[in-house]
Amino acid sequence: MKTSRRRRYTEWLVTLPSLAWLVVLFVLPTLIVFAIAFKPANPYGGIGAGWTWSTLASLGNPNYPAIIWRTLWISTTTTVLCLLLGIPMAYFMAQLPPRRRQVFLLLVIIPFWTSFLVRIFAWKVLLHPDGLIKQALVALHLVDADASLLYNAGAVLLVMVYTYLPFAVLPIYAAAEKFEFALIEAARDLGASSWKAFRSIFLPGIRRGILTAFLMVFIPALGAYVIPDIVGGPHSEMIGNKIAQRTFVDRNLPHASALSVILTLAVLAPLTAGMLMQRKKDRHAVLHQEGL
Amino acid sequence: MKRSRIPLYTTCLVLLFFYLPIAVLVINSFNASKFGGGWGGFSLRWYRELIDQREIWHALRNTLVIAFSATALSVVLGTSAAFALHRFTGRLQRLHYTLIYTPLVVPDILMGMSLLLFFVALSAQLSLLTIFLAHVTFCISYVAMVVLARLQDFDFSIVEAAQDLGANWWTAAWRVLLPMLAPGIGAGALLAFTLSIDDFVISFFVAGPGSTTLPIRIYSMIKHGSPPLINALSVLLLVITFVLVWFSQKLTEEKIK
Repeated sequence: MKTSRRRRYTEWLVTLPSLAWLVVLFVLPTLIVFAIAFKPANPYGGIGAGWTWSTLASLGNPNYPAIIWRTLWISTTTTVLCLLLGIPMAYFMAQLPPRRRQVFLLLVIIPFWTSFLVRIFAWKVLLHPDGLIKQALVALHLVDADASLLYNAGAVLLVMVYTYLPFAVLPIYAAAEKFEFALIEAARDLGASSWKAFRSIFLPGIRRGILTAFLMVFIPALGAYVIPDIVGGPHSEMIGNKIAQRTFVDRNLPHASALSVILTLAVLAPLTAGMLMQRKKDRHAVLHQEGL
Repeated sequence: MKRSRIPLYTTCLVLLFFYLPIAVLVINSFNASKFGGGWGGFSLRWYRELIDQREIWHALRNTLVIAFSATALSVVLGTSAAFALHRFTGRLQRLHYTLIYTPLVVPDILMGMSLLLFFVALSAQLSLLTIFLAHVTFCISYVAMVVLARLQDFDFSIVEAAQDLGANWWTAAWRVLLPMLAPGIGAGALLAFTLSIDDFVISFFVAGPGSTTLPIRIYSMIKHGSPPLINALSVLLLVITFVLVWFSQKLTEEKIK
């Protein structure tokens, strides 16, 4: 009895610091965002008194559905491209001998650690009218001399894939590293084509990694703000740009909150789905182990 | 048996894609020509000009003050969280895990926005302190996850052995568990430090006058400033990154041996 109380005390002692910190500085602020979305703005850039539906109602304005739609398609395309590049890469890396595998892993990790702004800036330089890529494409007569590679949705997509790809490769690789490649050999011996072996043995084998990669790319992509801000233009704005504009330019915090609420809901949907899928798999695995 | 070459080609192309922009940036930082279009000869001019930029040094100082302090506090909170998550199970820890995990996936802009509103609601003055509080908030989760991963591979029979030999739980944790986990905690600290140094979005939302950090400074240079200077600054940051990655690799290698 006494030991169980002591155990309880120890549990609270190691749990409370981080729990309290996150409740105050993460949960509470998120609730405040939801509350302020129902507040009117005051003309001094602050928050007015009373409660109102009008801030949320103003999101019906035809501009917003277009931006929300664009945010969704850019994020989806980014995620699909990252998975399409990340899966074959992980497949290749996981089969290398350990020494070379470390080298390749390091080559993926370095961009992952490199300053986010620096990597975006590097692309701005490359895509600039005087930049290397523009000049090469003009020399090859692939683009017009006055076509702009920057400030459009294509540039945003390219830089998003560039930025988020390491976040897709690393979890997929972590799963592929544990994958038993002899299973593929076995399937091949039994007559499966290499594509069939890849699709029905490898992909299901690394699905946890794919799920993590999906969440690690899709969710941050939904909230992208710096990339469309630096390499995008007025026709490639995403919801993140609008939140920043309402906060810093118009100083309309209730409006920015309402947009954040929309973004939070957009993020929660894939997150909950992902967590539920993982939990179901876990339960499945546990039942399996217990011979049920 | 024929093997598909697609994975090999994809990997090579992706690595080229990863490094081409970085390589161009490094080369251009030594380019005497102000406009990146042509090669104007080798020059260290941009690095010299960088030294005279007082604002950059001021911003760097702010960044380092925040990074060191936020890392220190988040390592303590994150490590203790990882212990709790690993050692205990039940409703409280499930809630705790959700709270630790969610900030990892929430987009930066939402975290920045919510913290800004929180500080506005408290009528707190935006300053280095608000940036520090924000950084600790997102670093806790990363530290906790890295340390938790190490705890999961950890052989707890060693701690039990210490307890059998008469050590109480705290002595065993302090004298046995903690030293053996030091590489994991170090890796978590490095990650927190790097994330703090690199953070732009969250800092931008909660920064006040006079609390410009290096990424905020770089952002405004990208928006309005001179590209060659940013090239030179970027290369310096790249060098720092390489050193940090090298350190963190060392920490991981020790674990493998």
